[in-house]
Amino acid sequence: MRHARPETEPTAEPAAGGFTLSRTAGILIAAAGVLLVWWLLTATGWVSPHDLPSPATVWSTLWHGITDGTIPTAVSRTLIRLVFGMAVAAVFGTLIGVGMAASRNFQRTVGALVAGLQALPPIAWLPLAALWFGFSERAVVFVVIVGAFPSIAMATAASIRQVSPLLVRAGRTLGAEGWELYRHVVVPAAVPGYVEGLRQGWVFAWRSLLAAELIIQGGKGLGHSLTSAGASLDAATILSLMIVIVVIGILIDAGFAALDRKVRSRRGLLVAP
Amino acid sequence: MRRGTARLDVVPDPEPADPKLSLRGVRKSFPTQRGGRVMALEDITFDVAPGEFVCLLGPSGSGKSTVLNVLAGLDVPDSGSVVMNGNAITGPGPDRAVLFQEPALFPWMTVLGNVEFALRMVGVPPGERRDRAMHWLSKVHLARFTDAQPHELSGGMRQRAALARALACSPEVLLADEPFGSLDAQAREALQGEVQQVWGETGTTFVFVTHNVREAALLADRVLLMSASPGVLLEEYRIRAPRPRQLGDALLSRVVVDIHDRLAEEVSKVAARETGDRTDG
Repeated sequence: MRHARPETEPTAEPAAGGFTLSRTAGILIAAAGVLLVWWLLTATGWVSPHDLPSPATVWSTLWHGITDGTIPTAVSRTLIRLVFGMAVAAVFGTLIGVGMAASRNFQRTVGALVAGLQALPPIAWLPLAALWFGFSERAVVFVVIVGAFPSIAMATAASIRQVSPLLVRAGRTLGAEGWELYRHVVVPAAVPGYVEGLRQGWVFAWRSLLAAELIIQGGKGLGHSLTSAGASLDAATILSLMIVIVVIGILIDAGFAALDRKVRSRRGLLVAP
Repeated sequence: MRRGTARLDVVPDPEPADPKLSLRGVRKSFPTQRGGRVMALEDITFDVAPGEFVCLLGPSGSGKSTVLNVLAGLDVPDSGSVVMNGNAITGPGPDRAVLFQEPALFPWMTVLGNVEFALRMVGVPPGERRDRAMHWLSKVHLARFTDAQPHELSGGMRQRAALARALACSPEVLLADEPFGSLDAQAREALQGEVQQVWGETGTTFVFVTHNVREAALLADRVLLMSASPGVLLEEYRIRAPRPRQLGDALLSRVVVDIHDRLAEEVSKVAARETGDRTDG
């Protein structure tokens, strides 16, 4: 049965001051602006094409890299590391976060360590990782994990602590205790904060991953390709790889944003942008 | 505790049967920010008969919500006994449903899902949950909104859904903590009507906290008046007006004036004491 619309259906607020760009239009205009400035800089000969190739050169380099398979290979290598590192960081971070929320002693010991780790830029782990694992795949993934898990742990703990005490009390008076209370009330109530934590965690994972790939050579990831393009002073390839990195970042973040919107709108937590 | 409104006592009190709920010498204090303790309840003793509708009425800070939380098993008293059907209350349970000030619906479930969840928690098999939930949602006139998320409903509708969720498990006692406090006058009146109706139909024992004198007089068999800091019972009013009651009933208006005067006296006493405290300190 579909329910009739209740009288308090939230209505979109008309924007103050009349004209507002749609989100897509805003992005397109910003991108066009960057392209225009870039084109002007190169077309006027203000910057040498060696330092900054024209948009057209970069586009053809990008297209060439995609069609000859080098960029897809680099992207897939990098994404595999990202997914694996992120998955381990999520499991690890979630467990520690749940522990921090559940036990004050755990929070004051392990929690303090995790908070301290957050102050350490993930790439600072790389020398130690290289010492332990050599200049290898494992060192890169290790940096991704230590880069992402603290923020996931902190966000998990915060999202559980911020569950409305009223909902917990309501659950208890309905007969939910212990594990049932956790599973049916605390976990679903914590989901919006947790998703936000994952979104934050992936940004750390992504940045740590590229930084580690840039430094540790020998692989075929995006960071490796970027370093070797730099070594051969190939600005067009550098720029085309940077564009790929930005696009991947935007796409993944859009995925998390969509998930975030979904869990929030279901709970009536969506604030109009 | 004095007995008030003797002129309304046209029939003698019924023989006290075994009480449904019984509080004896209940004390409860809470820690303050500065490390001390503040007394919320001081020696509270009263019984509630099976099927009775009792309203706890008092100014804010009189500990009436604490009494309710103690009955719900959400707060543990410092001393004294809290008993239901002769057994000590040690924690919350679905035999005592609670209607909170806010509807406290789970926002990730639909209206129907909220009621079904309550049934699931008391072990109603999956096949029966939907029909039973629909029955209670129809009773509170929400049959058309079962698939809505709570945030899509008005405040009054949400509180009606919470009422359906509370009653669906057929609790022996319904505890309500100023459930209509944040509603507008119309929604409040409609819900007062629905509460009277389900109370009459189910025979559930109701303990209802309010600071609204008219609401207490309208709903209650008995009004227990509490005073502020620390909370003690001040008066007891037995209200024998026939049901269903209307707010305009002459008998009720007299009770309302009586209680109102007593309450005003108490509030000014407390105010005077607090002013005195300030000048002393």
